[in-house]
This record gives sequence, C-alpha cells and structure tokens, in this order.
Amino acid sequence: MADMNLSRITKCFGDYRAVNQVSLDIADGEFVALLGPSGCGKTTLLRLLAGFEEPDHGQISLGGQIMACPESGIMISPEDRNLGIVFQSYALWPHMTVARNVGYPLEVRGLSRADQERKIAEALDIVALGPYADRSPSELSGGQRQRVALARCLVMEPRAVLLDEPLANLDVHLRETMQQAFLDFHRRTGATMIYVTHDQSEAMAMADRIAVMDKGHIRQMAAPETLYREPADLMVAGFVGAGAVLPVQGVTVGSNGNCSVQLGQSSITARICPKLADGLVTANAGLCLRPEDVWVTDDAPLRGQVDDCVYLGGRFRLSVRIGVDQILPVYANRRARIGEQVGLKVNDGWVFNRMSGEAA
Amino acid sequence: MQATGRLRGVLPGMMAKPSGDRSSDRLLIWLVVPVFIISILPILRLGFEGVMVGGVPSFDYFRDVLANSSTWRATANSLYTAGLGTIISLLIGGAFAFLVALTDIRAKAALVFCFMIPMMIPPQITALSWVQLTGPSSALLNAISMAPPMGSPQPLYSAEGIALLLGIQHASIVFLTLRANLRMLPREQIEAARLAGARGGRLWWQIILPLTSPGLIAGTAMAFVTALGNFGIPAMLGIPAGYQTLPTLIYQKLAGFGPSVLGEVSVLAMLIGAIAICGVALHHRLLSKRDYRLMGMVGRPLDVKLGARRTLVETTLWAVLVAILVIPLLALFTTALVPAFGVKLTFANATFEAFREVMFVQPSTIRAFQNSFVLSVGAAVTLVLMCLPLAYVMVRRSSNLTKLINLLVEVPYALPGVVLAIACILLFIRIPVIDVSLYGTLAIIFVAYLARFLVIALRPVMNSFTQLDPALEEAAQACGAGLWRRLRDVLLPLAAPSAAAGALLVFLTAFNELTVSALLWSAGNETLGVLIFNLDDSGDTVLASAVAVLVVLVVIVLMSCFQLAARRLPKGVVPWQT
Repeated sequence: MADMNLSRITKCFGDYRAVNQVSLDIADGEFVALLGPSGCGKTTLLRLLAGFEEPDHGQISLGGQIMACPESGIMISPEDRNLGIVFQSYALWPHMTVARNVGYPLEVRGLSRADQERKIAEALDIVALGPYADRSPSELSGGQRQRVALARCLVMEPRAVLLDEPLANLDVHLRETMQQAFLDFHRRTGATMIYVTHDQSEAMAMADRIAVMDKGHIRQMAAPETLYREPADLMVAGFVGAGAVLPVQGVTVGSNGNCSVQLGQSSITARICPKLADGLVTANAGLCLRPEDVWVTDDAPLRGQVDDCVYLGGRFRLSVRIGVDQILPVYANRRARIGEQVGLKVNDGWVFNRMSGEAA
Repeated sequence: MQATGRLRGVLPGMMAKPSGDRSSDRLLIWLVVPVFIISILPILRLGFEGVMVGGVPSFDYFRDVLANSSTWRATANSLYTAGLGTIISLLIGGAFAFLVALTDIRAKAALVFCFMIPMMIPPQITALSWVQLTGPSSALLNAISMAPPMGSPQPLYSAEGIALLLGIQHASIVFLTLRANLRMLPREQIEAARLAGARGGRLWWQIILPLTSPGLIAGTAMAFVTALGNFGIPAMLGIPAGYQTLPTLIYQKLAGFGPSVLGEVSVLAMLIGAIAICGVALHHRLLSKRDYRLMGMVGRPLDVKLGARRTLVETTLWAVLVAILVIPLLALFTTALVPAFGVKLTFANATFEAFREVMFVQPSTIRAFQNSFVLSVGAAVTLVLMCLPLAYVMVRRSSNLTKLINLLVEVPYALPGVVLAIACILLFIRIPVIDVSLYGTLAIIFVAYLARFLVIALRPVMNSFTQLDPALEEAAQACGAGLWRRLRDVLLPLAAPSAAAGALLVFLTAFNELTVSALLWSAGNETLGVLIFNLDDSGDTVLASAVAVLVVLVVIVLMSCFQLAARRLPKGVVPWQT
C-alpha cells in the first residue's frame, strides 16, 4: 500500500485536453472517488495512474517512487506498477476458471503451486466465492463476476486498487450490495482505492474524499459532506446533490462564517464561503439551497408559485417559482396544486462565488 | 466495452493513440517488412516492368500492346462476359437473398449452405461439370439417351456459355453482401412505411430496394471484379472455341512464348488491373452518395407470409439449386465412372478405375495432390502465424501505418489472379541482391499464395481482436504480464477459433486455386487446379472428372466442418453466416 501523488498532469488527445494540469494527493489507505459527467477526464486520469496512458506533462508518483514523468523520460509500464484494476466489464478471461483468473497475477510472478492455491482460496473467501473456484466466469452472475475481479486484485497485494465504474453494468438492487462489498473490502484490506464513477450517490456513499472533475480539471476535492454543504463553484453545486443556485445581491458578511442575503422581499441567514467573505466581491454571489433547507410554511414572508409537484413516496417534491425565473426544488408533506401560492422558510444556505472556476 | 465505446464517441481517435508500449512498436516493424515484400513489392515491380524496355524508360510495350487488335478484342470479350455474368449473378443471387431474408420459406440454413457451394467449388471444375452435362459426349445424357447427336456443337463453348457459368459461380457473392445488408435493415423503417400506407410493390420499389441498394451495389461490383479476373471458366470454355478474354490471352501468350513476353503481358496485366480498379472506384463512388445510416432495432424487417405460394417458391428455389449445382455435379460424377470418354454408361460398365488411377497410379496426379496439400497447408499455417501478431498490432496499436497496411493487404486479393502471378514472376525470376531465382519452383507459388490469401487469414483474426474487450488485455497487464505473456495466455487462446477458421479458409481456397498457379507452375510442380485443366486439355476428361469429384468432396467436407463449428466461432468468421 502506498500514497499517490499527481502533480500538474496533462494528457492531450490531439487538440483535446482530456486531463488538464491536475494535481492530486491521495493518502495511504484512502478511498477516493473521481466523480464527473462523461467526458470529464476521470477515466483518462485513472488510466494515467494505471499506466495505460502516458502523460504529456507532469509527474505521477506512487509511494515516493516516480511512475511517470515525461520531462525526465520516466514511464513505468502498467505491468511493473503493481496496481490492481477493476473494470466496468469485469475483464475476466473467459477461457480460464474462476480460480485461474484470480491466481493469474501469482502465476505471472512465478509463485509455487501450493502458495498460489492458498492465496487463491484466501482471496475467494474474502469475496465469499470459495465454492465457485472451478466454475467458468460465464456461469457467474454480474455481481459474482465483479467480486472475482476484486479477488484478482486482492491476491496480488497491490499498492492501490483502481476501479473504473465497476457498478455501471449491474442492476440497481445489486449495486447497493456491491457498494457494501467494496466498503467491506476496503475496511478489511486497508487498500488505497481510487474509484471512478459518474454516479454521485455511489461516490458519496463510499468515498472518504471525492474529486469532482469537469473538462479535464478537478473542480473540488473534499469529503462528501463538505462537497454537499459547501460546493466550491457552480458546477459542483449543480452536479452534486439536488437543489438550486440562486443569484443574490446585498450580501452582508456577519461573524462565524455567516452572512445575510436578500432573497426576494426577505432576508436570509446563510453560511458563506471564506474566499468570498475575504474578497468581499459579492457581485457574483450565488446562494446554494438544498431541498431539505427550505420548508413550506403558510406564514413565511418569502412567497412562490408552485410550478410542478411530484410524489416521491413519503413526501412531495415541489418546484417553486420565486420571482420571474428562479425555480427552487423543495420537499413538502402535502400535495400542492399547480399555480398555488406557498410560503417558504429558508433555514440554511451556502453563499459562494458563482463565477469562480469558470476562468480556469 | 461500453466505457471505451462511450469514450470513443466523445473523443474520436482517442483510442488510436499508442500507449507507452514500446515492444509492440518494435513488433510492428518486423511485421511490416514481410507484408510489404509479399504484398506490395511484386505489384510495384509489375508497374516498373511495363514502362522499362531493356532498362530504359519507354512506352514501347504500351504502344505495341495497345496497337494490337487482339488486346482490344480480349478486353471487349472480358467486359462482355463479366458484365453479362454479373447480371446473371445479380438475378439469381438477388432473388435468393430477398426470398431467404424476407419471407417465411423453410429450411433456410440448408438452402444457404447449398447455395454457397458453387462459390467454394473451383471455377474450372464448374466449367468441367457443365461441359460434361451438355454437349454430345455427355455421359449423363448418353446414359439416359438424351444426348444431342455427335458433331453438334457444345453450346457452352461461347461467350454466353462463359457468362452463364460466371453468373452461377459468383451469384453467391451478390447473395452474401445483399443478405448482410438485409439483416442490418431496421424493422422500424419498414414498419413506418407500412403505417404510412405503403404496400406491395410500392413498399419494395420505394423503401426496401433503395435501402438495400448499398448491398446490391457492393455485391455487383464484387461479382464483376471477380468475374473479370476469372481464369478457369473462360479457359475451359473459351480456349476450345478460340474465344479470348484478358486472363486467357495472358495465359496463352506466356504459355506459348515463355518469359520473353513478360514486358508485353505485364502491360496486359496492368490493363486488367486498371479495369478492376475502375470497377471498385465506381462502386465506392456510388456508395458514397448513399450513406444511409440505418438506425434502430435490427430485426427481421419483413416476414412476408407466402401462404399458399410458399411451397411453389420453395420448390422453385430448390429446383434452381438442383439445376445449377446437383445436375452438373452428377454429370461430372457420371463422367468419372465411364470406362472411356464417350462410352455410354450402364450399370454394368460403371467403374471406379479412374479414381484408383488418379489416387494411386498416375505419378502426376499423386504429385499434384501432394503439391496442393503442401502448398495449402503451408500457406494456411504460415499466414496464421503471421496474422496473429499482425492483427494484434493493427487493431490495438492503430496508426496511419497500420491503416495503410490494412488497405495494402487487400490489393493482391482484389486484383485478378493473373496480375499477381505476372507480378510474382517478374519479382522472383531473379531476386535482386541475393540473385536467386524462384521461377520454376514450388516456392514461387507458395509466395504468391501468401500474398493472395493474407487477407483471408487476417480478417477473421482482426475481427476477433476487434470484438475483444481491451480491458481483458489491460487486466493481464495490471497483473504484471508482459506483451509476450499476454499474447500467449490471454490473446491467443481467445483468438484461436478465428485463427483456425482463417487457416481453414486459406486451405480451402488454396487447395483449389488455379489462376495464380496456372502461370507459375512448372513440370513436377503442378497444383490440383492446373492438373484438372491440363488433363482436360489433353483429352483425359475421365481422369480430370475423377480428380474434380475428389476436390468437390474435400470442399463439401470442409464446408460441413465450418457449418458444425459455426456456433463456437465469432460472428463474421464463417463466410456464409452473417
């Protein structure tokens, strides 16, 4: 196991910068998710880590050892990096049994038969597939196949495990079970894990930290709850979690990281991003409101008109129009008529610079 | 697979980037050189020969050849027979393809299998069997006392006879391309037309035919180019009638005058090559204007219920098959059974003596079996060994160079066989630098086979590497396996079925090959194709028929092996299963 450092990594495909000046430090044993829309560069970043792609600039090191650095001509090939990788398509070899699939890294390393068999049995036990050792991969279900792929990583005692959208091919019910399997695996082995996904709920459920990527850049890297409560820019606020970002004026910075802003006719107390508070450039301030921060009450001064009402099971989600063109999703306990006027009480919010990150 | 597919969609050409795998880059160089030598160098040498007279650049050969009236007569004959033959192929192959793909006739698999046999049977055998069927000496017609009187002309010894057999021989090419196209036809487009009110003839003329026109055009072009290069049929039917096409003109010149006319025949070879290229270019031009992106669910686009007419349609189809396949082969077989050519066959005098003669007695036929066997097995094994790494590099490390190779390997197969044969003679009659001659040895045929059949072995293997998830290899890489280890443990086992299929196809094609070896053979180095042609030419028709029957048996047995293995092979490997 080892920590990983990426410094100013750039990778171009023709004129397209798939990964642009990305720096990232991952601690030993950490579970990091790379999250972003498709085409954001997350898979390319993972492939750069694995060694399937060579960076154009920058440096990748693993446990203090340089893996790739085009400036000094260093490029360690994937087979010499000792990294485990789990693919979306499982990548099990159909002509080998489950046991041989799992034991292949040991076979390559030339371990003795007895050692191989012992380690294969251990690895299959961890993923609860011991009885399936002699099956062929085609006889297994999707979830079982992914667990075989995981065991194949485990058996080689890799310095880190890279996972490339490992749940994307599985159905919704199996995904939750497999999420738990990955978490158990992480706790048992203490392996550094880097997990690529476009599904924010998957990333939030598992990762210690999430790096949100867009257009080749890392927009924000933080713990899931920080990402949700305190998004650094508009892209992160929109991509992670539900809610809305409303442009606001009249920001007055208060104490303890709080501020008050004007929203329609009412004044709201919200948390403010320190960078925005320090700079006092409040012209581009945006207020990020999550649905659970806003309550529907009849007597609140902030009024809106219901545009849409969807039943989610247990509660309703209303789309409430404030002013002319600002739509706010909120939860309500009762159904509302389309066009009905409702009052909104804002309990919490996050004020940040809507324009930050766009220039980068 | 989905992940890479999506990435490809977002970033075109991204996967084409070579990664930092230097050993496969080195591998590429080692593969490019032999491919260049066997595929391209002979063709380049051919072009060089036509414009050099006695070591100085000159257009004398061109002037002589183009001024000769026999050149233009042969060109016109080639265009006429190939053109008429293509129309016949289009009618037969098109009708079969539409009926098999769009209606509810029964026993489709058996029908398709039988319809493919003519394509796999060497053309000189097709010609031989048809000649045995018609004409006054037909053993079959004599046996049932229906032969025309002695002295009446053989109707197949004519331009139309050649065209008819070319048409039958290449009908399966039209059938295959058209059926592939029909299979890709999305059901919704037909259904939308029907909901819009189109029915019957309108649906066929305005929707189905335009949508399948790419397949029709491609099939027509391929049938035409193949018919143009065909040597076996015009040689067996045209030479006795004094009717020359370009391939037979080249053959007769070279057979009559030897290597002294090489300059002249290389111009003729360029002429036929140019016509073939025009055909292919016209095909691409027509296709580029019809870029129909067929979107939607692929399914049975139409399932026309023939109802009461079904039995009639089925009977007609099988009757056509009996007429173009079964009866000629039966005629061939009966000829092989008569004690002497022209003798009336009865149950009493039928004999297997001819088979015994060709298999165990005649040294030339035994040698030909051995030669063809050695050549085809050797070519199959060599090509597969070459193609596995070549296909790997071409699929996984795609670059401008590999794209060029992808085009170049097609050239020796697409050009008429005589062109390649002449090109090989020119290059190998005295190999530059090492000053060794391969002319008059089995080796020159072998090299020509490697060039001609490289693409047959390459395509199935490339196909299987393309369908292989790149993650399978990357997973092995992450496990620490180097390039050779990955090839051995992961890629070879997965590509093995396709490689075997490719090898079997090469074997099948090379075993029956005539056009290339007809110009390259020498005494002691005959191939089966040449042998049948020579036996028939020298009047040993019964022995020729016996050899032909044995060859047909080998073809049908090998095709049946394919049919049985088809389910285990990746899609697109068995040529008649799309």
